[in-house]
Amino acid sequence: MYDLIVIGGGPAGLAAACEAYEQGLKNILIIERDRELGGILNQCIHNGFGLHYFKEELTGPEYAGRFIKMLNDTSVEVKLDTMVLDITKNREVHAVNTSDGYQILKTRSVILAMGCRERTRGAISIPGDRPSGVFTAGAAQRYMNIEGYMVGRRVVILGSGDIGLIMARRMTLEGAEVLACVELNPYSSGLNRNIVQCLGDYNIPLYLSHTITKIEGSGRVERVVVSRVDDSTKKPIPGTEISFDCDTVLLSVGLIPENELTKNAGIAIDPRTNGAIVYENMETSLPGVFACGNVVHVHDLVDYVTEESKRAGRAAAAFAKGLSQTDEKVLAMKTGNAVTYTVPQKLRPMRIEKLADIFFRVNRVFGEASILVFDGDGKQIAKFKRDYLVPGEMEHIVLPRKLLDTAGGDSLTVSIEEVQA
Amino acid sequence: MYDIAIIGGGVVGCAAAYELSRYKLRTLLLEAANDIADVTTKANSAIIHAGYDPEPGTAMARLNVEGAALAEEICKKLDVPYNKCGAFVLAFDEADLAHVQKLYEQGVANGVPGIAVISGEEAKRMEPNLSDKVIGALYAPSSAIISPWEYALAMAETAVRNGVDIRTSSRVTAIKKVENQFEIQTSSGNYRAKYIINAAGVHSAEVHELIGEKEFEIHPVRGQYFLLDKSEGSRVTRTIFQCPTAAGKGVLVSPTVHGNLIVGPDAEPVSDGDDVSTTAEGLEYVKLMSQKSVPSTSFRDNIRNFSGIRSQSDRSDFIIEESHSVKNFFNLAGIKSPGLSAAPAIAKEAVKLLTGAGLELTEKSSFIDERKQIRFKELTDDEKNRLIAKDPLYGRVICRCETITEGEIVAALRSPIPPCSVDGIKRRTGAGMGRCQGGFCGPRVLEIIARELGIPRTSVLKDKSGTYILVGETKGGTGNV
Repeated sequence: MYDLIVIGGGPAGLAAACEAYEQGLKNILIIERDRELGGILNQCIHNGFGLHYFKEELTGPEYAGRFIKMLNDTSVEVKLDTMVLDITKNREVHAVNTSDGYQILKTRSVILAMGCRERTRGAISIPGDRPSGVFTAGAAQRYMNIEGYMVGRRVVILGSGDIGLIMARRMTLEGAEVLACVELNPYSSGLNRNIVQCLGDYNIPLYLSHTITKIEGSGRVERVVVSRVDDSTKKPIPGTEISFDCDTVLLSVGLIPENELTKNAGIAIDPRTNGAIVYENMETSLPGVFACGNVVHVHDLVDYVTEESKRAGRAAAAFAKGLSQTDEKVLAMKTGNAVTYTVPQKLRPMRIEKLADIFFRVNRVFGEASILVFDGDGKQIAKFKRDYLVPGEMEHIVLPRKLLDTAGGDSLTVSIEEVQA
Repeated sequence: MYDIAIIGGGVVGCAAAYELSRYKLRTLLLEAANDIADVTTKANSAIIHAGYDPEPGTAMARLNVEGAALAEEICKKLDVPYNKCGAFVLAFDEADLAHVQKLYEQGVANGVPGIAVISGEEAKRMEPNLSDKVIGALYAPSSAIISPWEYALAMAETAVRNGVDIRTSSRVTAIKKVENQFEIQTSSGNYRAKYIINAAGVHSAEVHELIGEKEFEIHPVRGQYFLLDKSEGSRVTRTIFQCPTAAGKGVLVSPTVHGNLIVGPDAEPVSDGDDVSTTAEGLEYVKLMSQKSVPSTSFRDNIRNFSGIRSQSDRSDFIIEESHSVKNFFNLAGIKSPGLSAAPAIAKEAVKLLTGAGLELTEKSSFIDERKQIRFKELTDDEKNRLIAKDPLYGRVICRCETITEGEIVAALRSPIPPCSVDGIKRRTGAGMGRCQGGFCGPRVLEIIARELGIPRTSVLKDKSGTYILVGETKGGTGNV
């Protein structure tokens, strides 16, 4: 019987396991499907990781390496090249690999840290031929950075998500020509620093309010047609077509938390995040099962994944040690004006030591704005000023425990108010 | 020298090869593409139709019903995913009801088992996600769903195990009569045969005219589809058809044997029979039409669009006959819907035509008529453990969405018709068919193909020729990984 099984050995799983070990758990197992720990960080060979958490700039593999090194000094067990096929309601973990075969593992607590997958061409139904040369940006990144192969020479990138932007620069440095980065929305969904450093510095044009309306090619991609879209309907505007001769299309059109195991275990999912509904300590609707990282909601920065995962690790340790509390007041987090989701979705004030961290995203670009928090009686209990708010950057507010204790009703609503110039 | 050369490795050609492999004959199957079952056979609705659609008295009517019964048997013997899930044809108004009645009568005349006309309430009770506007339906319990490419592959693999030669990447470029035989020139070399079966689908008229007079024309009709995630796979549990109207022949919504939901097709005549592109307009039409039957389908959960070509001819019925201008040359052409359903019956017709032309048949005593696939995810825990103990590669899951192991991929690469592409592996094992569409497993599958076939990774194709995936090494190179 394990105290804790962590599913996924990427940044979330690593931080959660390290923290649970720090909190005194001894029998911890990390199950990782790939051949090494580190998850997607291993293929993120660019820098920019760790500025918040380590206060220095690291590459993805370096960031992962810090945690792998910490783990080496612990008794945490790791099974690599191992796939979890099922998690049951009574916390049995079904896993398979070449050496142990098919195993059913028992544990006191579970942390879900499976990360996310990329949206594909099918998810956005791009019409045209179905040639080779259409890759999700992450798959292309794996081919290039892990395996050492080029995926194309003349590239159009659809979507201005961070992976797409990073790949625009990476492919340029490898000698490919990136002809355009095409974004459906009138704003980029990536971090501003990536727009500047990955597109601007290499003179790669960014076409906002555009999309690929046709892919052509009998074997390999030969051409794509890009059209302007109407910002309200998102429909292509006839007559605005631009044709690009290219051999490669990279898709950076969104990430989807990988929650098939979560759903099979009967854990409640938030349709807004596609991740598990979690409490303040990252516990899911199934007691003793916690979730953290991109499997809960897609983060921009790994540093925040680490913080969130440490919270999950601490909570799983407390649960495994039998320190769980009975609950009194539960506040449901609601989304007000322009807020697309919040994590956590539920707060138990009694379990919050001093401060509750609330993460969320907005659905459009704001200049100067206020983040308002209302209690269940509709009374404004907190206000945070921001110079700007954009969908591509996750927002974060901190609510003091005493504010939650005195909040009226049984919910909190986060809302955005634009400050009129 | 062969007794028979089959031109075309779609479901009709594969069924013919399977049927002929029962006999002591030298049979060759030539396929232009680099894999079999890679054109119309892989891109259709994947339905074994009950047989109420074709007009009584036609070859289509008879061969559909016979073929559907044979398909069930073959799928059982050759371990092909098949599910007799039944089908509805929905009626939304009086004109539809009259059409449903006509289909019912045709079904009875064609000998379709168990069909009935049911009320709208009954239909909705059986399929709660149907539109409230449904006022009645034809119910055909013998309608089935199938994995069409696995069906064709299973028949072709069995044919190979029984001695049939298959040559892929062998496009037929010329046919000559030399002495009393055909000399068939292809992109992979020349072959000789006494008889030719032309099962070249959308190209069957061209193939015939390499040596014969013009006797029929193919007018390709394209159909576009959505394939939705397994989360939508139980939106309906039967195949849901519509009646044809002035607006079109209607689209279907159906579960697939792999657990997904398929929605389509439209019907658009195209000049180029190889044009399997999709269009925004076509897909939008399919979506809107399908919502008439099943309004709640979540198209957000689409994982793939594709289109396929119907090999419609200028005749209303299937063309199953000896060429009028070339003796010993048999056309199996114009095999539109219900061609997939009729294929094994068409193959039996072809054998009859061959014997009529003087071919002598002697049954093999050693005919192999079974096939067993290992599908890891369908095994019990104990079976999984025994399998992994025997071959550890079955313990390594490569495709997580579909739970496909390295053992299954390697087995496909060592099968009687080894694939040479990532999509060839997909068709044989299911790897890459799921919601991430190969985003995670694609690079791993590519690596396994290269390793097993002993080729560089840059030579591995996505699908047909020209679909290369990698263009070279990065500046840093592969570092011998």
